[in-house]
Amino acid sequence: MATINLTTNTFDETIGGSALPIVVDFWAEWCGPCKQIAPILDQIADEHAGEITIAKLNVDEHPDIAMRYQVMSIPTMLLFSGGDVRRRIVGAKSKSALLQEFDEFLSSSH
Amino acid sequence: MSTPPSDVRPIIIIGSGPAGLTAAIYTARASLAPLVIEGEPSSTSDQPGGQLMLTTEVENFPGFPDGIMGPELMTNFRAQAARFGAEFITEKVTRVDFSERPFRVWVRDEEYRAESVIVSTGARSLMLGLEAEQRLIGHGLSTCATCDGFFFRGHEIAVVGGGDSAIEEATFLTKFADKVTIIHRRDEFRASKIMQQRAFDNPKIEMLWNHTVTEINGTDKVESIEVTDTVSGAVSTLDVTGVFIAIGHRPNTDLFTGVLDMDETGYLETVPGSSRTNIEGVFACGDVQDHTYRQAITAAGSGCMAAIDAERWLESQHA
Repeated sequence: MATINLTTNTFDETIGGSALPIVVDFWAEWCGPCKQIAPILDQIADEHAGEITIAKLNVDEHPDIAMRYQVMSIPTMLLFSGGDVRRRIVGAKSKSALLQEFDEFLSSSH
Repeated sequence: MSTPPSDVRPIIIIGSGPAGLTAAIYTARASLAPLVIEGEPSSTSDQPGGQLMLTTEVENFPGFPDGIMGPELMTNFRAQAARFGAEFITEKVTRVDFSERPFRVWVRDEEYRAESVIVSTGARSLMLGLEAEQRLIGHGLSTCATCDGFFFRGHEIAVVGGGDSAIEEATFLTKFADKVTIIHRRDEFRASKIMQQRAFDNPKIEMLWNHTVTEINGTDKVESIEVTDTVSGAVSTLDVTGVFIAIGHRPNTDLFTGVLDMDETGYLETVPGSSRTNIEGVFACGDVQDHTYRQAITAAGSGCMAAIDAERWLESQHA
Protein backbone atom coordinates (compact mmCIF):
# COMPACT_ATOMS: atom_id res chain seq x y z
CA MET A 1 0.00 0.00 0.00
CA ALA A 2 1.27 3.44 -0.84
CA THR A 3 1.98 6.01 1.82
CA ILE A 4 -0.86 8.35 2.75
CA ASN A 5 -0.71 12.10 3.28
CA LEU A 6 -2.18 13.43 6.50
CA THR A 7 -3.48 16.93 7.13
CA THR A 8 -4.66 18.76 10.23
CA ASN A 9 -8.20 17.76 9.29
CA THR A 10 -7.56 14.07 8.79
CA PHE A 11 -4.87 13.46 11.42
CA ASP A 12 -6.88 12.51 14.52
CA GLU A 13 -9.44 10.46 12.64
CA THR A 14 -6.77 8.50 10.77
CA ILE A 15 -4.63 7.82 13.82
CA GLY A 16 -7.59 6.98 16.08
CA GLY A 17 -9.32 4.84 13.48
CA SER A 18 -6.32 2.86 12.30
CA ALA A 19 -6.54 -0.86 13.01
CA LEU A 20 -2.90 -1.21 11.96
CA PRO A 21 0.10 0.41 13.59
CA ILE A 22 0.76 3.65 11.76
CA VAL A 23 4.04 5.50 11.28
CA VAL A 24 3.81 9.24 10.71
CA ASP A 25 6.81 10.78 8.95
CA PHE A 26 7.08 14.50 9.76
CA TRP A 27 8.85 16.07 6.78
CA ALA A 28 9.28 19.17 4.63
CA GLU A 29 10.37 20.01 1.12
CA TRP A 30 13.53 21.79 2.27
CA CYS A 31 14.90 18.93 4.39
CA GLY A 32 17.64 16.87 2.67
CA PRO A 33 17.60 13.88 5.05
CA CYS A 34 13.78 13.71 4.69
CA LYS A 35 14.22 13.19 0.97
CA GLN A 36 16.64 10.35 1.60
CA ILE A 37 14.26 8.38 3.76
CA ALA A 38 11.13 9.00 1.64
CA PRO A 39 11.90 6.18 -0.85
CA ILE A 40 12.84 3.86 2.04
CA LEU A 41 9.48 4.49 3.73
CA ASP A 42 7.72 3.90 0.39
CA GLN A 43 9.46 0.52 0.14
CA ILE A 44 8.50 -0.40 3.69
CA ALA A 45 4.89 0.57 2.94
CA ASP A 46 4.90 -1.75 -0.07
CA GLU A 47 6.73 -4.65 1.52
CA HIS A 48 4.70 -4.57 4.74
CA ALA A 49 1.30 -3.68 3.29
CA GLY A 50 -1.44 -5.03 5.56
CA GLU A 51 0.90 -4.95 8.58
CA ILE A 52 1.74 -1.30 9.01
CA THR A 53 0.57 1.98 7.52
CA ILE A 54 3.05 4.66 6.55
CA ALA A 55 1.73 8.22 6.60
CA LYS A 56 3.37 11.57 5.98
CA LEU A 57 2.72 14.96 7.49
CA ASN A 58 4.15 18.10 5.91
CA VAL A 59 5.25 20.32 8.82
CA ASP A 60 5.23 23.44 6.63
CA GLU A 61 1.54 23.01 5.87
CA HIS A 62 0.47 21.58 9.23
CA PRO A 63 2.71 23.09 11.91
CA ASP A 64 -0.01 22.68 14.56
CA ILE A 65 0.29 18.89 14.48
CA ALA A 66 4.11 19.08 14.58
CA MET A 67 3.86 21.42 17.57
CA ARG A 68 1.39 19.14 19.36
CA TYR A 69 3.93 16.31 19.27
CA GLN A 70 6.86 18.63 20.03
CA VAL A 71 8.59 17.83 16.79
CA MET A 72 11.68 20.08 16.69
CA SER A 73 13.79 18.17 14.21
CA ILE A 74 12.93 16.47 10.96
CA PRO A 75 12.67 13.85 9.84
CA THR A 76 10.90 12.63 12.99
CA MET A 77 8.86 9.45 12.77
CA LEU A 78 6.20 8.66 15.33
CA LEU A 79 4.80 5.15 15.45
CA PHE A 80 1.22 5.06 16.76
CA SER A 81 -0.51 1.92 17.92
CA GLY A 82 -4.01 2.05 19.45
CA GLY A 83 -3.86 5.83 19.12
CA ASP A 84 -0.76 6.22 21.33
CA VAL A 85 2.79 7.12 20.40
CA ARG A 86 4.83 3.96 20.90
CA ARG A 87 8.09 4.86 19.14
CA ARG A 88 9.78 8.16 18.40
CA ILE A 89 12.60 8.11 15.85
CA VAL A 90 14.52 11.33 15.27
CA GLY A 91 16.76 11.72 12.25
CA ALA A 92 17.22 9.81 9.03
CA LYS A 93 18.12 6.14 9.38
CA SER A 94 18.89 3.22 7.10
CA LYS A 95 16.15 0.84 6.06
CA SER A 96 17.43 -1.93 8.33
CA ALA A 97 17.58 0.45 11.31
CA LEU A 98 14.00 1.60 10.67
CA LEU A 99 12.72 -1.96 10.30
CA GLN A 100 14.36 -2.81 13.58
CA GLU A 101 12.47 0.06 15.26
CA PHE A 102 9.18 -1.11 13.73
CA ASP A 103 9.90 -4.80 14.24
CA GLU A 104 7.65 -5.63 17.18
CA PHE A 105 4.72 -3.97 15.40
CA LEU A 106 5.11 -6.01 12.22
CA SER A 107 2.90 -9.11 12.30
CA SER A 108 5.22 -11.18 10.08
CA SER A 109 7.91 -11.04 12.73
CA HIS A 110 5.77 -12.94 15.23
CA MET B 1 22.72 -13.40 -2.07
CA SER B 2 26.51 -13.66 -2.00
CA THR B 3 28.88 -12.34 -4.60
CA PRO B 4 30.46 -15.36 -6.28
CA PRO B 5 34.23 -15.56 -5.63
CA SER B 6 34.97 -15.10 -9.31
CA ASP B 7 33.25 -11.72 -9.28
CA VAL B 8 36.16 -9.33 -8.85
CA ARG B 9 35.29 -5.79 -9.91
CA PRO B 10 37.82 -3.35 -11.30
CA ILE B 11 36.96 -0.74 -8.71
CA ILE B 12 35.00 -0.06 -5.54
CA ILE B 13 34.41 3.50 -4.36
CA ILE B 14 33.63 3.98 -0.67
CA GLY B 15 31.73 7.21 -0.02
CA SER B 16 29.54 9.41 -2.19
CA GLY B 17 30.23 13.09 -1.66
CA PRO B 18 31.64 15.31 -4.43
CA ALA B 19 34.93 13.33 -4.40
CA GLY B 20 33.46 9.82 -4.58
CA LEU B 21 30.82 10.72 -7.15
CA THR B 22 33.32 12.53 -9.39
CA ALA B 23 35.55 9.44 -9.20
CA ALA B 24 32.44 7.40 -10.09
CA ILE B 25 31.65 9.59 -13.12
CA TYR B 26 35.20 9.31 -14.44
CA THR B 27 35.67 5.59 -13.81
CA ALA B 28 32.20 4.81 -15.18
CA ARG B 29 32.99 6.73 -18.36
CA ALA B 30 36.21 4.73 -18.58
CA SER B 31 34.04 1.56 -18.63
CA LEU B 32 35.32 0.40 -15.23
CA ALA B 33 31.76 -0.18 -13.92
CA PRO B 34 32.45 1.22 -10.44
CA LEU B 35 30.54 -0.03 -7.44
CA VAL B 36 29.81 2.92 -5.14
CA ILE B 37 29.08 2.02 -1.54
CA GLU B 38 27.45 5.32 -0.77
CA GLY B 39 26.64 5.14 2.92
CA GLU B 40 23.39 5.24 4.88
CA PRO B 41 20.81 7.96 5.38
CA SER B 42 21.40 9.94 8.57
CA SER B 43 20.82 13.48 9.78
CA THR B 44 24.52 14.14 10.13
CA SER B 45 27.01 15.00 7.41
CA ASP B 46 28.00 11.30 7.32
CA GLN B 47 25.38 10.32 4.73
CA PRO B 48 25.04 9.65 1.00
CA GLY B 49 25.88 12.87 -0.83
CA GLY B 50 28.05 14.04 2.06
CA GLN B 51 28.19 17.36 3.81
CA LEU B 52 26.42 19.29 1.03
CA MET B 53 23.23 17.35 1.82
CA LEU B 54 22.88 19.52 4.92
CA THR B 55 23.46 22.86 3.21
CA THR B 56 21.14 25.19 1.38
CA GLU B 57 22.39 27.49 -1.36
CA VAL B 58 25.85 26.71 -2.74
CA GLU B 59 27.12 29.95 -4.27
CA ASN B 60 30.72 29.07 -5.11
CA PHE B 61 30.46 25.92 -7.21
CA PRO B 62 31.57 26.95 -10.71
CA GLY B 63 28.98 26.62 -13.45
CA PHE B 64 25.99 27.75 -11.39
CA PRO B 65 25.91 31.55 -11.67
CA ASP B 66 22.67 31.75 -9.65
CA GLY B 67 23.77 29.18 -7.09
CA ILE B 68 22.31 25.73 -6.56
CA MET B 69 20.89 23.93 -3.54
CA GLY B 70 23.42 21.53 -1.99
CA PRO B 71 21.16 18.44 -2.05
CA GLU B 72 20.18 19.19 -5.66
CA LEU B 73 23.83 19.47 -6.70
CA MET B 74 24.59 16.10 -5.14
CA THR B 75 21.52 14.49 -6.70
CA ASN B 76 22.87 15.71 -10.06
CA PHE B 77 26.34 14.30 -9.35
CA ARG B 78 24.80 10.93 -8.54
CA ALA B 79 22.52 10.90 -11.60
CA GLN B 80 25.52 11.71 -13.80
CA ALA B 81 27.48 8.76 -12.37
CA ALA B 82 24.46 6.44 -12.71
CA ARG B 83 23.99 7.51 -16.33
CA PHE B 84 27.38 6.02 -17.20
CA GLY B 85 26.78 2.78 -15.37
CA ALA B 86 27.97 3.32 -11.80
CA GLU B 87 26.26 0.88 -9.44
CA PHE B 88 25.17 1.98 -5.94
CA ILE B 89 24.71 0.29 -2.59
CA THR B 90 23.02 2.51 -0.01
CA GLU B 91 24.74 1.06 3.01
CA LYS B 92 27.88 1.52 5.03
CA VAL B 93 31.04 -0.49 4.70
CA THR B 94 31.46 -2.64 7.78
CA ARG B 95 35.11 -3.61 7.35
CA VAL B 96 37.87 -3.87 4.77
CA ASP B 97 40.81 -6.17 4.10
CA PHE B 98 43.50 -4.53 1.97
CA SER B 99 46.23 -6.99 3.00
CA GLU B 100 46.03 -8.92 -0.26
CA ARG B 101 44.62 -8.56 -3.73
CA PRO B 102 41.90 -8.59 -4.74
CA PHE B 103 40.94 -6.21 -1.97
CA ARG B 104 37.91 -7.19 0.08
CA VAL B 105 35.18 -4.91 1.37
CA TRP B 106 32.26 -6.04 3.52
CA VAL B 107 28.82 -4.55 3.88
CA ARG B 108 27.57 -6.38 6.97
CA ASP B 109 28.14 -10.06 5.91
CA GLU B 110 28.17 -9.37 2.20
CA GLU B 111 31.66 -9.51 0.69
CA TYR B 112 32.70 -7.49 -2.36
CA ARG B 113 36.04 -7.84 -4.06
CA ALA B 114 37.90 -5.42 -6.30
CA GLU B 115 41.26 -4.87 -7.91
CA SER B 116 41.36 -1.27 -6.73
CA VAL B 117 39.59 0.86 -4.13
CA ILE B 118 38.98 4.59 -3.93
CA VAL B 119 38.37 5.87 -0.40
CA SER B 120 36.22 9.01 -0.27
CA THR B 121 34.46 8.68 3.07
CA GLY B 122 34.72 12.40 3.86
CA ALA B 123 34.45 13.98 7.26
CA ARG B 124 31.67 14.29 9.80
CA SER B 125 30.67 17.12 12.11
CA LEU B 126 32.12 17.10 15.57
CA MET B 127 29.86 17.31 18.61
CA LEU B 128 30.74 19.02 21.88
CA GLY B 129 31.12 15.75 23.77
CA LEU B 130 28.64 16.65 26.54
CA GLU B 131 26.52 13.95 28.12
CA ALA B 132 23.36 16.05 27.56
CA GLU B 133 23.87 15.96 23.79
CA GLN B 134 22.52 12.41 23.41
CA ARG B 135 19.40 13.28 25.39
CA LEU B 136 18.64 16.59 23.73
CA ILE B 137 19.44 15.93 20.10
CA GLY B 138 16.22 16.53 18.20
CA HIS B 139 14.84 18.40 21.20
CA GLY B 140 16.45 21.76 20.64
CA LEU B 141 19.95 20.52 19.92
CA SER B 142 20.59 20.15 16.22
CA THR B 143 23.31 19.27 13.75
CA CYS B 144 21.23 20.35 10.74
CA ALA B 145 20.19 24.00 10.54
CA THR B 146 18.45 23.50 7.22
CA CYS B 147 16.37 20.65 8.64
CA ASP B 148 15.45 22.17 11.96
CA GLY B 149 15.67 25.97 11.68
CA PHE B 150 11.96 26.12 10.88
CA PHE B 151 11.05 24.93 14.40
CA PHE B 152 12.75 27.92 16.01
CA ARG B 153 10.53 30.64 14.62
CA GLY B 154 10.52 33.44 17.19
CA HIS B 155 13.06 31.70 19.46
CA GLU B 156 16.43 32.85 20.76
CA ILE B 157 19.09 30.34 19.80
CA ALA B 158 22.85 29.79 19.68
CA VAL B 159 25.27 28.59 17.04
CA VAL B 160 28.58 27.21 18.29
CA GLY B 161 31.64 27.60 16.07
CA GLY B 162 33.67 30.12 14.09
CA GLY B 163 34.17 28.72 10.60
CA ASP B 164 32.22 29.19 7.38
CA SER B 165 29.61 26.63 8.28
CA ALA B 166 28.90 28.27 11.65
CA ILE B 167 28.40 31.67 10.04
CA GLU B 168 26.35 30.21 7.22
CA GLU B 169 24.09 28.41 9.68
CA ALA B 170 23.71 31.50 11.87
CA THR B 171 22.80 33.64 8.87
CA PHE B 172 20.31 31.04 7.64
CA LEU B 173 18.75 30.69 11.10
CA THR B 174 17.95 34.42 11.31
CA LYS B 175 15.17 33.69 8.81
CA PHE B 176 13.34 32.01 11.67
CA ALA B 177 14.85 32.96 15.02
CA ASP B 178 14.51 36.35 16.71
CA LYS B 179 18.10 36.32 17.85
CA VAL B 180 21.10 34.13 17.07
CA THR B 181 24.18 34.21 19.27
CA ILE B 182 27.36 32.86 17.73
CA ILE B 183 29.55 31.37 20.46
CA HIS B 184 33.19 31.10 19.49
CA ARG B 185 36.13 30.09 21.63
CA ARG B 186 38.46 32.65 20.03
CA ASP B 187 38.21 36.40 19.47
CA GLU B 188 38.08 36.17 15.69
CA PHE B 189 36.45 33.93 13.09
CA ARG B 190 38.15 31.48 10.77
CA ALA B 191 35.35 32.06 8.28
CA SER B 192 35.91 33.79 4.96
CA LYS B 193 35.64 37.62 4.92
CA ILE B 194 32.44 37.67 2.87
CA MET B 195 30.70 35.32 5.32
CA GLN B 196 31.94 37.27 8.34
CA GLN B 197 30.68 40.55 6.91
CA ARG B 198 27.27 39.00 6.37
CA ALA B 199 27.13 38.05 10.02
CA PHE B 200 28.35 41.46 11.26
CA ASP B 201 25.76 43.21 9.08
CA ASN B 202 22.90 41.07 10.34
CA PRO B 203 21.04 42.82 13.18
CA LYS B 204 19.71 39.51 14.54
CA ILE B 205 23.20 38.07 15.05
CA GLU B 206 25.25 38.69 18.17
CA MET B 207 28.76 37.45 18.90
CA LEU B 208 29.93 35.89 22.11
CA TRP B 209 33.70 35.77 21.69
CA ASN B 210 36.09 33.74 23.84
CA HIS B 211 33.43 31.41 25.19
CA THR B 212 32.85 27.67 25.10
CA VAL B 213 29.64 25.77 25.81
CA THR B 214 30.22 23.69 28.91
CA GLU B 215 26.68 22.40 29.59
CA ILE B 216 23.31 22.18 27.92
CA ASN B 217 20.44 22.42 30.39
CA GLY B 218 16.99 20.87 30.05
CA THR B 219 15.35 17.51 30.65
CA ASP B 220 12.97 17.10 27.69
CA LYS B 221 14.15 20.06 25.66
CA VAL B 222 16.88 22.66 25.63
CA GLU B 223 16.12 25.39 28.18
CA SER B 224 19.46 27.15 28.50
CA ILE B 225 23.18 26.61 28.09
CA GLU B 226 26.12 27.21 30.36
CA VAL B 227 29.00 29.10 28.77
CA THR B 228 32.50 29.57 30.12
CA ASP B 229 34.76 32.52 29.37
CA THR B 230 38.00 31.07 27.97
CA VAL B 231 39.98 34.07 29.28
CA SER B 232 38.58 34.68 32.79
CA GLY B 233 37.03 31.26 33.42
CA ALA B 234 33.77 32.95 34.46
CA VAL B 235 30.67 30.78 34.00
CA SER B 236 27.34 32.24 32.91
CA THR B 237 23.98 31.05 31.59
CA LEU B 238 22.51 31.88 28.22
CA ASP B 239 18.74 31.47 27.84
CA VAL B 240 18.34 29.81 24.48
CA THR B 241 15.90 27.13 23.33
CA GLY B 242 17.98 25.93 20.43
CA VAL B 243 21.65 25.05 19.96
CA PHE B 244 23.27 24.36 16.60
CA ILE B 245 26.73 22.84 16.59
CA ALA B 246 29.24 23.73 13.86
CA ILE B 247 32.64 23.34 15.50
CA GLY B 248 34.48 21.46 12.81
CA HIS B 249 35.00 18.03 11.39
CA ARG B 250 36.73 14.73 11.88
CA PRO B 251 37.63 12.46 8.97
CA ASN B 252 35.68 9.21 8.66
CA THR B 253 38.67 6.89 8.81
CA ASP B 254 37.84 4.50 11.67
CA LEU B 255 37.51 1.70 9.10
CA PHE B 256 41.11 2.15 8.03
CA THR B 257 42.88 2.36 11.39
CA GLY B 258 46.11 0.37 11.22
CA VAL B 259 45.57 -0.22 7.50
CA LEU B 260 46.09 3.11 5.76
CA ASP B 261 48.60 5.73 6.85
CA MET B 262 47.02 8.72 8.52
CA ASP B 263 48.20 11.82 10.33
CA GLU B 264 47.71 12.39 14.05
CA THR B 265 44.19 13.79 13.49
CA GLY B 266 43.09 10.80 11.43
CA TYR B 267 43.29 12.28 7.93
CA LEU B 268 44.55 9.80 5.33
CA GLU B 269 47.97 10.52 3.92
CA THR B 270 48.47 10.49 0.18
CA VAL B 271 51.63 10.81 -1.88
CA PRO B 272 51.85 14.55 -2.69
CA GLY B 273 50.53 15.42 -6.13
CA SER B 274 48.57 12.16 -6.34
CA SER B 275 45.79 10.25 -4.66
CA ARG B 276 47.96 7.23 -3.84
CA THR B 277 47.88 5.85 -0.31
CA ASN B 278 50.51 3.62 1.29
CA ILE B 279 48.80 0.56 -0.22
CA GLU B 280 49.29 0.15 -3.94
CA GLY B 281 45.90 0.08 -5.65
CA VAL B 282 44.12 2.00 -2.88
CA PHE B 283 43.51 5.67 -3.57
CA ALA B 284 42.03 8.44 -1.41
CA CYS B 285 40.30 11.67 -2.36
CA GLY B 286 38.16 14.44 -0.89
CA ASP B 287 37.93 15.61 2.70
CA VAL B 288 39.11 12.28 4.09
CA GLN B 289 42.63 13.28 3.01
CA ASP B 290 42.31 17.08 2.95
CA HIS B 291 42.23 19.24 6.06
CA THR B 292 43.35 22.34 4.18
CA TYR B 293 40.85 23.24 1.45
CA ARG B 294 37.75 21.14 2.22
CA GLN B 295 35.62 22.58 -0.58
CA ALA B 296 33.17 20.76 -2.85
CA ILE B 297 35.21 21.80 -5.87
CA THR B 298 38.55 20.64 -4.44
CA ALA B 299 36.94 17.36 -3.36
CA ALA B 300 35.54 16.89 -6.87
CA GLY B 301 38.96 17.73 -8.34
CA SER B 302 40.72 15.19 -6.16
CA GLY B 303 38.02 12.62 -7.03
CA CYS B 304 38.96 13.10 -10.67
CA MET B 305 42.64 12.62 -9.76
CA ALA B 306 41.84 9.38 -7.94
CA ALA B 307 39.83 8.08 -10.90
CA ILE B 308 42.69 8.78 -13.33
CA ASP B 309 45.30 7.37 -10.91
CA ALA B 310 43.22 4.20 -10.46
CA GLU B 311 42.54 3.83 -14.17
CA ARG B 312 46.26 4.13 -15.04
CA TRP B 313 47.24 1.80 -12.24
CA LEU B 314 44.71 -0.83 -13.43
CA GLU B 315 46.09 -0.50 -16.96
CA SER B 316 49.63 -1.01 -15.67
CA GLN B 317 48.51 -4.20 -13.91
CA HIS B 318 47.00 -5.64 -17.07
CA ALA B 319 49.80 -4.59 -19.41
